[in-house]
Amino acid sequence: MDCKNAQTLIAGYLDQELDPVRSSEIEDHLHECVACSKVYENHQVLSAALKTGSVYSNAPADLQKRIQRSVRQAAKAESPPRWLSWSWARMAAPMAAAAIVLLTLVPFLRGPSTEEILTREVVSSHVRSLMANHLADIPSSDQHTVKPWFSGKLDFSPPVQDMANQGFPLVGGRLDYLNNQPVAALVYQRDKHLINLFIWPSDKSAPAEVARLTRQGYNLIHWSRSGMNFWAVSDLEERQLEEFAQLLKNQSPPPQ
Amino acid sequence: MEEKDKLARFEQIILPHMDAAYNLARWLTRNEHDAEDMVQEAYLRAFKFFSTFHGMDGRAWLLTIVRNTCYTWLHQNRANEMTTMFDEEIHSVDTDTSNPATLAMRSADHQILTRALDELPVEFREVVVLRDLEGFSYKEIAGIANIPTGTVMSRLARARERLKNILCGHPKEKL
Repeated sequence: MDCKNAQTLIAGYLDQELDPVRSSEIEDHLHECVACSKVYENHQVLSAALKTGSVYSNAPADLQKRIQRSVRQAAKAESPPRWLSWSWARMAAPMAAAAIVLLTLVPFLRGPSTEEILTREVVSSHVRSLMANHLADIPSSDQHTVKPWFSGKLDFSPPVQDMANQGFPLVGGRLDYLNNQPVAALVYQRDKHLINLFIWPSDKSAPAEVARLTRQGYNLIHWSRSGMNFWAVSDLEERQLEEFAQLLKNQSPPPQ
Repeated sequence: MEEKDKLARFEQIILPHMDAAYNLARWLTRNEHDAEDMVQEAYLRAFKFFSTFHGMDGRAWLLTIVRNTCYTWLHQNRANEMTTMFDEEIHSVDTDTSNPATLAMRSADHQILTRALDELPVEFREVVVLRDLEGFSYKEIAGIANIPTGTVMSRLARARERLKNILCGHPKEKL
């Protein structure tokens, strides 16, 4: 990272608005660059001085009263003349309109869906595994070493296949935690791109539709098969990740 | 919504944020009297459009209206200020000659800090006020000021840099 970039990102770093990757890049830069770390220190001083609230202007007390009064007057002016409340038709139209607005809004008011929360967890796990130098608990390209390693650590046995012949060599395996449960994470590689494949038992017996998503520049594909959920995530381009998923699906044992 | 309910909800959700509304209006207009007018007008507008408020953050919603009210007023009454060019980007990286200790001393004096903040172009002033005085997240600021989140970050970096230069009497700072 050069100084120009760093000084644009410095605000985000100071305000803790950067993602972990960017944040650690800036941190590294600040460690080695005296000029930028001085800029950072100065901005910190300024932000702290402003946050004391010494220059905050509170509303004058009489303004509060004045506004409350004028809002109440506005409310009075808005209230409908009495004859309106007799008429059903007049009541029905705004109520129908309100119902439509409400129905359209309900999906947005609920906050993130469980699927969205899980998607975020998967992306974070992927990013963390690349950052923290903790890609694999068991670094091995041998499926017969990786698969037994999971037994005793998980109450299920994830399917493990090396796909080096198809261009996706197995790098290793790791225990991870997703969706409130321990899961198996298999790491594969394609050229310089790493793929995390998370596997855990599915509570639905029917195989679920394949779904493709993109979050923060990562591609995700998930499906379930043979009673297991599979989530693949990588910075690999979509087509190649799709190929990876297809290979896995063809190789997994048929549902019993 | 029943008229009575509307008033009660408005008084409960929106009215308590008057300090934030006034503070933003004061910093955008740089004048206490104009700020009062802006807040009053913004509140009446907010009440009128309260039916479009759907349970988001009341303070952010109100400040969006305060900001729009102030900008309309600035365009009508302070058009010359609005055309001031301001640099969004960091062009060159100068060696920083200011001293954090001096900066800390100057910015601790609230009169000096007020004057310096008033000197910033309005687009810079507003992001500093929304972030450091109101504590909004970049996403919320982006919503209030109607700019992309990335712009919030670059403006803040630039604004703090300028503010520092003003406070430390940096000769290179063009205003």
